[in-house]
Amino acid sequence: MRRTVLALALIGGVFGLLLAGDTAARAQAKKFIVGFVYVGPKDDYGYNYEHDRGRKAVEAKLGSVEVLTAENIPETAEVERVMEQMIQKGAKLLFPTSYGYLDPAINVGKRHPDVVLMHAGGFKHSANVGTYWGYIYNPMYLAGLAAGKVTKTNTIGFVAAHPIPQTLQNINALTYGARSVNPKIQTRVIYTGEWCNPGKAAEAANALIDLGADVLSQHQDCPRPVVETAAKRNVFSVGYHSADLQKFNPKGWITGAAWNWGPLYVRIVQDVMEGKADRWVNTHARGGLESGYVELAPFGTAVPRAVQQAVLARRKEIVDGKYVVFQGPMKDNKGTVLLKEGAKPSFDFIEKMSWYTEGVVGDVPR
Amino acid sequence: MLASVLEGGIRAGTPILYATLGEVIAERAGIVNLGVEGAILVGACAGFITTAQTQSPLLGIAAAALAGGAASLVHAFMVVTVRANQIASGLALMFLCLGVTSFVGRPYVAVKINAVAPLAVPGLSDLPVVGRLLFSHDVLVYGAYLLAPLIWLILFYTKWGLALRAVGERQAVAFASGLPTAVVQYAAVVCGGVLAGVAGAHLSLAYARSWVEGMSNGRGFIAVALVIFATWHPLRAVLGAVIFGAVFALQLQIQARGVALSPYFLDMTPYLLTLVGLLLLARAQRHTMPEGLKEVFEGLK
Repeated sequence: MRRTVLALALIGGVFGLLLAGDTAARAQAKKFIVGFVYVGPKDDYGYNYEHDRGRKAVEAKLGSVEVLTAENIPETAEVERVMEQMIQKGAKLLFPTSYGYLDPAINVGKRHPDVVLMHAGGFKHSANVGTYWGYIYNPMYLAGLAAGKVTKTNTIGFVAAHPIPQTLQNINALTYGARSVNPKIQTRVIYTGEWCNPGKAAEAANALIDLGADVLSQHQDCPRPVVETAAKRNVFSVGYHSADLQKFNPKGWITGAAWNWGPLYVRIVQDVMEGKADRWVNTHARGGLESGYVELAPFGTAVPRAVQQAVLARRKEIVDGKYVVFQGPMKDNKGTVLLKEGAKPSFDFIEKMSWYTEGVVGDVPR
Repeated sequence: MLASVLEGGIRAGTPILYATLGEVIAERAGIVNLGVEGAILVGACAGFITTAQTQSPLLGIAAAALAGGAASLVHAFMVVTVRANQIASGLALMFLCLGVTSFVGRPYVAVKINAVAPLAVPGLSDLPVVGRLLFSHDVLVYGAYLLAPLIWLILFYTKWGLALRAVGERQAVAFASGLPTAVVQYAAVVCGGVLAGVAGAHLSLAYARSWVEGMSNGRGFIAVALVIFATWHPLRAVLGAVIFGAVFALQLQIQARGVALSPYFLDMTPYLLTLVGLLLLARAQRHTMPEGLKEVFEGLK
């Protein structure tokens, strides 16, 4: 008995020493610790891959920052636990990057008023929680201008996960852009019902090609199967999430809509380090091409030089504020006028989008 | 329309057909392997990693087959040697494979591979309709449809097949007549795993051309259901797999045509159809079910 107690005390002592040493080492380094949480794998060339590229930019630019990452974290109580762990390790700034992390982020924020949380795409904020999002339908519209000129069958195929406003923005922007240079354009949409089901996404891509689509785009995680199927069947690709998808269909690459979180993340981290967190918390930071949150991917060889120049000219107009995507006249695919000639879309018009524009086949599923 | 649905059915049905044929062999020997789902994942993962390392999709397919076989060897050991419950062992194996492949496959999610290319059969692929439907796929698709009659011949017209079925029907009698029943069951389960591994190879190397954890998405369980639908017959397994694949393709094509049906409802149709099929065949399957399997299910009562 006595021996057991002695052994336990010894083990406890060793642990205590280790812990003390660990804390001392951390205190000595005094690095500013930032945590990133992802819902999927960080190198799937999709949504999480792009947030992780932003994380890498922070590491490269700011030497005095230590970065923690966690991937494949479900949108449940699990993410609160992960964030608490990061805070215990000394994190002062967290980036919970998935849509469903919003409420957990608000909760964690309440318990730790000294920690700043920046949520991607949320619609709620608090004293120490802010949100940020990029209007990626802007480059999607520009890609449509190129796709409308490149297609030979006048049919665009779109593989989507769920019919949510962000997805409809992309489908409509791509179609609207393409139709503005080629009024014969039709867009066909398939929803897989899952953010990542590679086999189903591949079959959806095949089905769209069978129905005459020669340009494929998408809005779902794990974007590779759709791009690879396009390459396999010799049709064109408009990328989504990442410009690096080009290498999976080099011959058929048109361009794409891509995230560019790096510069934003560096700015946020710098500001929070310098005690200027109030610039970001309790507010929604939104930006498009003009703020550099999103970007148009490089053109592929499939796009003629003159088309490239026209697209870039329109890009400049958007950046300069002379052209607004979804400005009137806007009609849905039933012919109802939603915005009159010259009218600008409101925040709600964009964020609550629930219709298909002219040229998209079918109805938005309820 | 019909042609493209059938073409989609053949494409989407291929991995399911491999897995179903494999499960037919195992169940004919009296062993239910619910670990097929896991064996598919192991095959998809091992095939992808090997192809990424060697640039050879053929080596990838071979590795997938080996890995699927190895995973099922665990099940064979558990149920034949240790005599563990078949259902429990299969399910545990499935979860084990899911965990192992998620971990091992992690670094390969971003890797681009030299995928299995489509191979049009010269001459035949130029035939109208049939050419595109049947002769413009990849080698793994052709392999699946050649394998089905081959397995049928072996099961019903060779001594090996007879021995395997005897073990599945009445193990004690087979044993008394001098058959090495344990060896036969090991061989059947491992063969089934090899085919499930190839199913995985088709998914990751030819179909989706990428590796993501859990990418089998329940195809292994569909295969187990289709074995019953096919009443343990390899040729009817072809029918089952093509019908399942065709409905899977059809629900996607219906959406693309703009038909106003909820995609979430359409999503259920392949599984609803499987249930209906099982319902209609409930009587037939009772007669053809290998006697040995009845013990497995009665053991659960």
